[in-house]
Amino acid sequence: MTLYISRDHALDLLRQMIRIRRLEEKSVELYSKQKIRGFLHLYIGEEAAGVGAMRALREDDNIVATYREHGQALVRGIPAGEIMAEMYGKANGCSGGRGGSMHLFSAKRRFYGGHAIVGGGLPIAVGLALADKMKGEARVTACFFGDGATDEGEFHESLNLAALWKLPVLFLCENNQYAMGTALDRHVSDSDIVNNPPAYGIPSESVNGMDVVAVERAVHNAAESVRETSEPRFLELRTYRFRAHSMYDAELYRSKEEVEEHKKHDPIANFQERAMSDELITQSDIDTIEADVAKEIAEAIEFAERGEWEPVEDITRHIYARDLS
Amino acid sequence: MTAYRDAVRTALQTLLREDPRVFLMGEDVGRYGGPYAVSKGLLKEFGEERVRDTPLCESTFVGAGIGAALGGMRPIVEVMTVNFSLLALDQVVNNAAVMRHMSGGQFEIPIAVRMATGGGKQLAAQHSHSLENWYAHIPGIKVLAPATVQDAHDMLLAAVEDPDPVFIFEHQMLYGMEGPLDTEATPPSPWKAAIRRSGSDVSLIAYGGSVHKALTAAEKLEKERVSAEVVDLRSLRPLDRETIVGSVSRTHRAVVIDEAWKTGSLASEVSAILAEDAFYELDAPVVRVCTLEVPIPYAKHLEEAALPQVDRIVEAAKRSVGGG
Amino acid sequence: MAEFVMPSLGADMAAGTLANWRVALGDTVSRGDIIAEVETEKGLIEVEVFETGVVEALLVAEGEKVPVGTVLAEIRAVSAAVSAPASVPPSESAPGDIISSGASDVDLDGPMASPAVRRRAHELGVFLGGVEGTGDHGRITLDDVQHLAGAKAAPIASGDRVRISPYARRIATERGVDVLRIGGTGPGGAIRASDVLGARVPEPRKSVSAAERMQSAIAAAMTRANDEIPHYYVEHSIDMGNALAWLRETNASLSVAERLVSGAVVLRAVARALRKHKKLNATWQGGEVVPSDGIHVGLAVSLRGGGLVAPALRSTDEGSLSDLMARMTDLVSRARAGALRSSEMTSATITLTSLGERGVESVTPIIFPPQVAIVGCGATLERPWVVDGQVVPRPIMRVTLGADHRVTNGHQGARFLSALDGLLQEPEKL
Repeated sequence: MTLYISRDHALDLLRQMIRIRRLEEKSVELYSKQKIRGFLHLYIGEEAAGVGAMRALREDDNIVATYREHGQALVRGIPAGEIMAEMYGKANGCSGGRGGSMHLFSAKRRFYGGHAIVGGGLPIAVGLALADKMKGEARVTACFFGDGATDEGEFHESLNLAALWKLPVLFLCENNQYAMGTALDRHVSDSDIVNNPPAYGIPSESVNGMDVVAVERAVHNAAESVRETSEPRFLELRTYRFRAHSMYDAELYRSKEEVEEHKKHDPIANFQERAMSDELITQSDIDTIEADVAKEIAEAIEFAERGEWEPVEDITRHIYARDLS
Repeated sequence: MTAYRDAVRTALQTLLREDPRVFLMGEDVGRYGGPYAVSKGLLKEFGEERVRDTPLCESTFVGAGIGAALGGMRPIVEVMTVNFSLLALDQVVNNAAVMRHMSGGQFEIPIAVRMATGGGKQLAAQHSHSLENWYAHIPGIKVLAPATVQDAHDMLLAAVEDPDPVFIFEHQMLYGMEGPLDTEATPPSPWKAAIRRSGSDVSLIAYGGSVHKALTAAEKLEKERVSAEVVDLRSLRPLDRETIVGSVSRTHRAVVIDEAWKTGSLASEVSAILAEDAFYELDAPVVRVCTLEVPIPYAKHLEEAALPQVDRIVEAAKRSVGGG
Repeated sequence: MAEFVMPSLGADMAAGTLANWRVALGDTVSRGDIIAEVETEKGLIEVEVFETGVVEALLVAEGEKVPVGTVLAEIRAVSAAVSAPASVPPSESAPGDIISSGASDVDLDGPMASPAVRRRAHELGVFLGGVEGTGDHGRITLDDVQHLAGAKAAPIASGDRVRISPYARRIATERGVDVLRIGGTGPGGAIRASDVLGARVPEPRKSVSAAERMQSAIAAAMTRANDEIPHYYVEHSIDMGNALAWLRETNASLSVAERLVSGAVVLRAVARALRKHKKLNATWQGGEVVPSDGIHVGLAVSLRGGGLVAPALRSTDEGSLSDLMARMTDLVSRARAGALRSSEMTSATITLTSLGERGVESVTPIIFPPQVAIVGCGATLERPWVVDGQVVPRPIMRVTLGADHRVTNGHQGARFLSALDGLLQEPEKL
């Protein structure tokens, strides 16, 4: 099987996936050392979904994501240092240290978070698309959410409203088979999530989320459609997370065998294999990428370490446009 | 003289005409003309793009309002009543109130949300809530309660102009009330309380629909030679501590009227403010006149008994002044 | 202006805590006086001042810890001894406490308090408007502030809480109304503002002359005496023939400056008589008799402008008569010049008022609380008297003892007057 992409393209996709993987692995380590606190939701295993989607979207498109958003944030262009610093809680983090792992934001990169309420970002995406439509701007609002979000009322309300008002939203469901600890068929009545959107008149498609190239193509097609027609589209990205829901999860709800089985479909290993078999890349390329990424991560940590803590006196800033007191 | 609902409509017209970023959305604001006839005629004048009837999805249309504000528009979201707004509380509390903060100051959400509130029309327990205090509790949003026709007009203009999320509570009993409206006058800051009537013996502190009950009570009290000062809070978050404390520093006695239930109410908040900042001015304990701790009943006599009424206010004021 | 700084009281001392002041603003201090107590690692140490003068400013509050060398107080150096009014709570004013000094640069704008006192008042949340302090000319001292702060925080009556609204309490403090003395018409008998405003209040003190202030202090004291002390009176006529003869003889060999007057003789006699009548030489405090330490007769001195002071001559019963004479002369002249010492103002154990110079026969005096007796003398006048069955002219002085019937009775009073008579018949022994 060939990938039908150029070498540069392959290197780029691989680099992005490795960046995410190594950043997440390092985050585990730093969390254990208590540098990162609170909740930490890792993207390990889902890299292909995030990279494929983000690379298919334009820089100008709006992104709304969930609390498992490090991958999307990194590929969107938020520097690893700012992401790391944000997880540390430092003032040089991308959200000023105010948000943490679950709330990465970047206004200038149109990265609208970083949301911790399941399903809570969908209405925001609908609103952003509404604004663009009313202003006549040809922009896609891509909204990432998990299979758990499809249970929430806001999911259905958002599909309905986006279809009714014909809003340029690309709904991207990263179905990793679990809503925290509840398996798919235990939380949705119809486990074919793609059956939902057509009920609202929204075309929907399912993609192998472990295949970065497949994701990229599917998202590109769907995004272009949204951009042209200004009507919503839905994509299910079938993926799997290799690690727990978050750092405190004992994973009692799935067997180790199941996880191992899925690890055979590691998006990075698979892509590397295919790219090498297509003779697009060599081991040396991989080594170079790994070395670059290692350096990037090390610098990111240093950036975070030397960041300052926001002074407590400033605590009432950023509540209102002007401090009321 | 203008009706309260017409004053709101006038403000909506002004905003829709002058700022292309402004649009109105909510249930039945368009074809129906608004559940309280506030938006009557606006669909015809401004079209479906600017006056949008939404499906019944409070959470998502409030959230969409937030998203649209993030995207550069100035949406006015009408939630039919505070009773239905509960479905949207997640969007209010977890998005509108916190996105500026969570992002380290990167985002602004200039959304204005209007909702009808209060009881008194025998609409029973699910349609008669006064939950302004739930909203006023949350840092990151602002809350206004226009009690006069002028304020109904001015506060909406101010809310839409404000870069922060502003929630306006219109007491449903006020929509038909008539009062003077001057659209040319420079409005006072919406964030300040107003002394609606000066007095020297006791401060009657109220907001929204209760202000007029307080004024009626003040007239009755005058006949009994008790001089009551009526303070209209106007802004519920932020509360105008200065005016509240200033009034009680003159009268030395306070009765706070609030249509919400007493427990955890804004009346409690005002009492705490007085205890903190006017302790040495108090000549009598602060009295709170609130709705009885019951869901609002349907039967008229029961509803009347539950809600704060003029005679309860008068009695509380007399107790406060008479000291016994 | 001299500075009193935090001294180094040890090689390793870097800072000390000003535990308490022993002086108040306006007090006079002499070199060597203990001015404060300082808390160090090693404990509480008394520190002395090295200047003589008047305390003009206290810059550090009690309890403050400051580095060695920090200026704690400012002393305005004065060469001569000046009047140093004592710090006595206003409710216990006695004529001995009256300030009689004349001019002083008093700032009548705002509460009379130094910046340090104002700062302390601010820290303690004490409102100074309308407050009359116990310092010179009503100046507010740190003690006053402490007192007011305590009055605000703690119940006024020990053991008994007063139910009073915060506003009423505040205005009661401002107006000097004693909340213990007013009834409340609020819920549960709580005192409300109207109760305080309706209470009789002392006249707000505007800028009054020293004489007016003295008069009102006298008025307060005399009213109190009249209200509280059950007076009884014993009168006696004393033949002063022997005393006067002895005086003439003694004075003949003395220079004019050294000559004794009869007043000194009477004074000494009164003092000596008290040695055996201790119950007349006591004070009434908190419902009981407190015998006095020593006999210090207060001499009532009238002042120009109508004022009256009764400074004490300490240990009036001791020393030579000529000594007593000299001290008496000095005291009276200083009293008239407004140059009395604070100790003289507070320590009288009994008072002698002599109206002989005015030419009246007798006086029925009122006791100066908290004393328990007072002796009043009229003029010594030639009267027809019976001696050995013959009517002869004799110099007769009428003496009236006014005494507190809670402490003594007529019999004891009479015995005292008899003793006095006896002593005056043998003046050479005085």
